[in-house]
Amino acid sequence: MDFNLSTISFAAEKNFTPVDPGKVYDVLIIGGGPAGMTAAVYCMRKGVDTAIIIKNIGGQVAETSSVENYLGYKYINGVELVDKFKEQVFQFSIGYEEGQGVTAVTDGDIKSVTLDDGRVLRSRALIIASGKSWKKLGIPGEQRLTGRGVAYCTICDAPLFAGKKVVVVGGGNSGVEAAIDLASVASEVVIVQLMEELTADKILIDKLNSFNNVSMIFSSRVTEIIGEDLVKEVTVENVDTGKSSTVVTDGIFIEIGLDPNSSFASGVVEMNSASEILVDSGCATNRDGIFAAGDVTSVPFKQIIIAGGEGAKAALSACEYILKRN
Amino acid sequence: MALFDVKVQNQLKDILKNMKENVKIINFTQAIECPMCKETRAFAEEIASLSEKLSVIVYDQIADSDMIKKYGVERIPAIVLLDKDGKDHGVKFYGLPGGYEINSFLSSIIEMSGMKQALPADIASRIKKIDKDVHIQVFVGLSCPHCPAAVEVAHRLAMENSNIKGDMIDSNNFVHLAQKYNVTGVPKIIINEKYELLGAHPMNTVLDVIESLK
Repeated sequence: MDFNLSTISFAAEKNFTPVDPGKVYDVLIIGGGPAGMTAAVYCMRKGVDTAIIIKNIGGQVAETSSVENYLGYKYINGVELVDKFKEQVFQFSIGYEEGQGVTAVTDGDIKSVTLDDGRVLRSRALIIASGKSWKKLGIPGEQRLTGRGVAYCTICDAPLFAGKKVVVVGGGNSGVEAAIDLASVASEVVIVQLMEELTADKILIDKLNSFNNVSMIFSSRVTEIIGEDLVKEVTVENVDTGKSSTVVTDGIFIEIGLDPNSSFASGVVEMNSASEILVDSGCATNRDGIFAAGDVTSVPFKQIIIAGGEGAKAALSACEYILKRN
Repeated sequence: MALFDVKVQNQLKDILKNMKENVKIINFTQAIECPMCKETRAFAEEIASLSEKLSVIVYDQIADSDMIKKYGVERIPAIVLLDKDGKDHGVKFYGLPGGYEINSFLSSIIEMSGMKQALPADIASRIKKIDKDVHIQVFVGLSCPHCPAAVEVAHRLAMENSNIKGDMIDSNNFVHLAQKYNVTGVPKIIINEKYELLGAHPMNTVLDVIESLK
């Protein structure tokens, strides 16, 4: 029996203070993943008045079972790493709000940020580090059967498919990682991949090949998910021949990558065609005083260590901006 | 063999220092033919040994059927938390709260001890107004990092209003029950058998559903 204890959540004294809609912060940070939390530490160390707004603490890291490429830790599980991040943020008396998303931001000399519950916070500079969330297929049956056989979070839901047959959509790193997790509990795993081959890292493909209950359907996409109360089957279309076939399954894990959480900033800052916020090498957007960092930006390669570094850069740029303004 | 190694024991001791008043852990078990019963009992007893403010009572499903009835225990292994006066607030754990769920278990113990963060005034007044019976079942998986938050909301609501009861249910321990409610994703919150919420929701969303109950 493992115990994934999050000791920092129980720390008797937390230094942070509730966010205050009545004041104008120097810097507001949107997002509590590696980019946002690193930015928080840098801002607080610089001594600028900062608040951080966190919807899901840890972001994608909290949903990662093991991290093996964040230097300093040869191996650490996601929640442990998030705990360490939190511990470092919580030592400061930062303005803090957890559980709230952001619905809108406005530009201007003073920026404003509207929270899910309607409260409006204000600041001189803004760091958007809101990350990404699971990309959906957008096909019939997907939304209706979510939680009824359609799943996205492998570490959460894989055990519920013990002894069952599952389809994994996606043959990149997240798809293959999901297939590996599932192969050890499910009776059968079928990967549906749009490309002609898997695009995951070699080390993951080698691990996948050690299982004998995994099969693959290449050059194909899932076009419909069928079932009444629970997923029963999925329709798979070969993109070369256009021919469709049916795969009977108990579940389907959709692991086709991520979409940026940037809709609240659309029309305010410039974005690319994937809705990622465009930033320069100093993390500045096209708007004065609005910076962005981590997976929500156009910076290539979404990695914890990159997001952390970008968060640091955005914070230093924002502090410099505040200094110059004063 | 101890469930917790020395490092975790020390961490747990530190966390339990946050307790204000005593809390009683009641464990319902059975000697044979119950998956995880032995482990859950060991878990309850080990946790209780880490704080002077904690005590544990173990009841047997068959021999202590009156207690099963008294606390409304529907299946075993089960853990019920009682406050310093031995009062039952409808806070239950079905299955061993291991993995990530250790966090909701500790959080519920600390809140049951009277060490609670104040709720926002509007939320508190909405909870106070609930005058019908509400049963919140939170299906979790022990490897699910979002699940403890859902359990903590259910248990806090139970502590705030005696009409509300909150259960944590380990979906992988109670497979048939999870199947009955079509649980293929966790956390899944079932309210009064009829209404379901997928994922961890903040208290106001859960209250929206409760207030819409007929």
